[in-house]
Amino acid sequence: MTRPTRTKSSLINTNKKLSFVFNGKKYEGFQGDTLASALLANDVKLIARSFKYHRPRGIFTSGSHEPNALVEIIHDDYNEPNSKATTVELYEGLVAKSQNCWPSLKYDLMSINDKFSKFIGAGFYYKTFMWPSFFWEKVYEPVIRKAAGIGKLSKNKNNTNSEKGFLYCDLLIIGSGPSGLISAFIAGLSGIKVIIVEEDYVFGGSLNNEIFKISNMSPQAWVKSILKEIRKLSNVRCIENTSVIGMFDHGVFGAIQKLKESKIEQIFWKIVSKKALLCSGSLERLIPFQNNDLPGIMLSGSIRSYLNRWGVSNFDKVLLFTNNDDTYVTALDLISNGINLIGVVDTRDNPRIFDTKIKVFKSSQVVNATGKLYLKGVDIVNKEGELTHLKCDYLGISGGWNPNIHLSCHTGVRPEWNEKIYAFVAGKKNVSTHLKAAGSANGKFSLNECILDAEKQVLEILSDLEMKPKKYSLPKIKEQSFEIDPFWFVKIGSQRKWVDLQNDVTVKDIEMAYAENFRSVEHLKRYTTLGMGTDQGKTSNVTGLAILASLSNKSIPDVGTTVFRPPYIPLSIEALVGSSIGKNFKPTRLTPTHNWARDNGASFTETGLWLRAEYYSQKNEYHWRMSVDREVNSVRNSVGFCDVSTLGKIDIQGKDALEFVNKVYCNGFTKLPVGKVRYGLMLREDGIVMDDGTTARMSENHFIMTTTTVNAESVYRHLEFCHQCLWPEMDVHLISTTDAWAQIAIAGPNSRKIISKIVDKQFDVSDKNFPFMACKEITICGGVLARLFRISFSGELAYELSIPTQYASSLASYLMEIGKDENIIPYGTEALGVMRIEKGHAAGAELNGTISALNLNMGKMVSNKKDSIGMVLSKREGLNTLDGLRLVGLKPLKANNQLISGSHLFNSSDTITPRNDLGYITSSCYSPTLKSYIALGFLKNGCNRHGDKIKISNPILGKEDFAEVCNPIFVDTNGEKLRA
Amino acid sequence: MIIDHPLLGPRDASEFIYLGDASLLNRPNWDEEKSEDNFYKYLYLRENVAGMHKELWFHQQGDRSWLVISRNTVTHEIFKVELATELKKNMGKSND
Repeated sequence: MTRPTRTKSSLINTNKKLSFVFNGKKYEGFQGDTLASALLANDVKLIARSFKYHRPRGIFTSGSHEPNALVEIIHDDYNEPNSKATTVELYEGLVAKSQNCWPSLKYDLMSINDKFSKFIGAGFYYKTFMWPSFFWEKVYEPVIRKAAGIGKLSKNKNNTNSEKGFLYCDLLIIGSGPSGLISAFIAGLSGIKVIIVEEDYVFGGSLNNEIFKISNMSPQAWVKSILKEIRKLSNVRCIENTSVIGMFDHGVFGAIQKLKESKIEQIFWKIVSKKALLCSGSLERLIPFQNNDLPGIMLSGSIRSYLNRWGVSNFDKVLLFTNNDDTYVTALDLISNGINLIGVVDTRDNPRIFDTKIKVFKSSQVVNATGKLYLKGVDIVNKEGELTHLKCDYLGISGGWNPNIHLSCHTGVRPEWNEKIYAFVAGKKNVSTHLKAAGSANGKFSLNECILDAEKQVLEILSDLEMKPKKYSLPKIKEQSFEIDPFWFVKIGSQRKWVDLQNDVTVKDIEMAYAENFRSVEHLKRYTTLGMGTDQGKTSNVTGLAILASLSNKSIPDVGTTVFRPPYIPLSIEALVGSSIGKNFKPTRLTPTHNWARDNGASFTETGLWLRAEYYSQKNEYHWRMSVDREVNSVRNSVGFCDVSTLGKIDIQGKDALEFVNKVYCNGFTKLPVGKVRYGLMLREDGIVMDDGTTARMSENHFIMTTTTVNAESVYRHLEFCHQCLWPEMDVHLISTTDAWAQIAIAGPNSRKIISKIVDKQFDVSDKNFPFMACKEITICGGVLARLFRISFSGELAYELSIPTQYASSLASYLMEIGKDENIIPYGTEALGVMRIEKGHAAGAELNGTISALNLNMGKMVSNKKDSIGMVLSKREGLNTLDGLRLVGLKPLKANNQLISGSHLFNSSDTITPRNDLGYITSSCYSPTLKSYIALGFLKNGCNRHGDKIKISNPILGKEDFAEVCNPIFVDTNGEKLRA
Repeated sequence: MIIDHPLLGPRDASEFIYLGDASLLNRPNWDEEKSEDNFYKYLYLRENVAGMHKELWFHQQGDRSWLVISRNTVTHEIFKVELATELKKNMGKSND
């Protein structure tokens, strides 16, 4: 070859060489190249194998609509499959390889599929893998899974740093071609906040592919000059390397930005904009004919891009095949670069003559392409049916242009057919998103029309926003024309003609689907996979519809269209996840005594978002049970304390606070005096238990409610619902104070001694003056504000002490110091749990969303003398059967046999079948007090079965055991201890 | 989605929690003969509207207002956002 492989282009820096590796071989490209342009310049035509038939495929386009040239980019520690060679910006040391081929791209064994193509046409899977049905899971699916799929994941951890961000603007402009730039300029001058995003790594859109003059400048120079003006405006933000992937309701857009030479490699932007202008240009479509998928065949406009933008000029003999005027621009550019243009095959009878140097084959069609791994020549047929063979190494095809309206469909708005350009344009009904299309994306295919349209749209937007434009001038452009003949596909020839290159869908497949009555576009798509995959049929969809229309003798708008869905381009899940991963997936809440507990040997457990001390290990303890048993024994014999700050605390105040509390709990509260606490059971409106806790009446109109740890948020939300939506006239105010107050439980027979030592002298905590269920606002340690409640979760004499959060750690240390004589110990959630099971208190495991008050043996608590949430429906017949589930205690016949939560209960002589199921175990533990395993559970008719022997079955673990049914309160049945 | 909060202006939908049909505001009386049936209808029977729908949203990561949003379930267009408190007071149907 005598010609240099590159012509001059301002967008390629030939002084900066970049070396890269493709399929193990080293090549050189330049700064400004994509992987595709560098490969083309190196005469690499065969890039990939197709998805289904493993046909050889080359580069077909020059952008993100590429169906063929999918490659795997190899990073140090992971691979990035399905990267489009046409959008990957070349960098020094890039390593890429082909997909869908084995053992090599040139000799792909799976290409055997191509030979059997007659048998694996449309609907092959549906028809073949039907019988026998059990074969599906065992044989068919594994085999199909192995052979199918585009690209492979490396399965290594991907160390890309992703972030998420928010952006706000008045006008979002999508695309920076001529329409986008003009719009950004006019809108920016007016002073509104504008964001213009460009998917490419350079601004300019289609102008980067052209060499005609704009205002006596090259298009690239014009882009540079207007960008300079735009960048002067501080209210306009220009972002390149960013694809808008979706449009959502109310002007919310998702966009993915790729960053170079930055610690953060990608940012997922959520852009909220009052208005949006779609300036995404248009995408060229193909024309199906026999073997139109050979490497060397690409879109006519893409040949022009590679020539003008990337200076790729190693095209030897080029032929063009078209039904419209745009291809002649490519023809002229090829000639002016001295490339051997064989001619233009035009389907039209009288195409306009652009230049006499161009040889035009009028009224002709390319009917077949020849070559094995790449294009060698084509057969063309004229109106008279005469066949001519032409040798060529590149064929540029153009079946017309589709406005790139992908985004306009995302909120469910269907595109509309435009008979002038034979393509779909954006539907007009984008009410909630305020999206408009402009320029080429709006079906204006000549540059002057484009610019005038952009001006019109942006002025309308400014007037909607009640802004006045400032003075501006539009560039001068030579008049252009765009005429097109609705020629969709070549009918001649019986071999396969490719419609959707990525999914290997042929004209024949569409005919077959039609013959088998899959005639609606939606059926056609699913049956043939037309328009699926990473390119979403950007080059093929409309052509497919046209074929369906011709089969059914309908017009294209009558056939209809499928709508595009987000995302516009594929994006990795991790881009959406951002940094919310691993430890950052959710916040971690630490208790007020966390650091103290950590320094004192605590192990922690997750409870919702909280980390709570589970147990405190001492030196000689090598098993958690040793710590837990010791903690329980210490509390039961002397005293211990536990941080229970995680329980939800809701402060309720107002003249109607008492009435409010009385309405949200099913049990009566009207008689609760000031200075007393009461247990409250909260139902859902359907009569099922929502939560339980205690509520203290601190003064006439001031209540403090506690909730379980896990329900703190939902109970608060529920109370706000009750107040705002049901009884707004009530004078009541709610606020969550969970984080403001630390709460420490001090439990055990010696707990009063400890309390006496810290409470300030003026407060009397004797049993007489501060009895069981008393509460009071007090001060401790010489003036620290506190609230003392005499309540017990363990069954022992116990108190809960609330203090402002910041004092909690000091209090813990202080308690250890003053409690030395009583051998005070801190205890964790395990000991807390053991003691509440021993005492038969229901907790999260029992309040499981299916349990009524009656199931908890608390049926009588539900007052039917007042209105409360859930009261009416708790009286439903189905919830009140005599033989329903009741909370019971269970003791294994052998004390050392562990009872397992989740096991089911059966009569000892019954077989283990669902029909015989009598209930289940909810909580279990080893009780150091009883020196036996114990459990709580729900058993049918349980109250009348105390003393019965019952079978416990756990089929998952394959275990069976026997236990005795008993009172769920294992210790201090009469409650003497807590009243001591 | 953007919700135009009557007190705080436009806020992202991710700050809110959805509850459901705003008919939940019309809680029946507890002490009538047919109250069990009324509560059953109140809690379980819903119109499945394709079109204008009034629904309850809670501004969980905001000012904790319960809002009644009039939204077209087909186009997702939001026509009105009201404070549930105001709406309920104006309904004059409170149970007490």
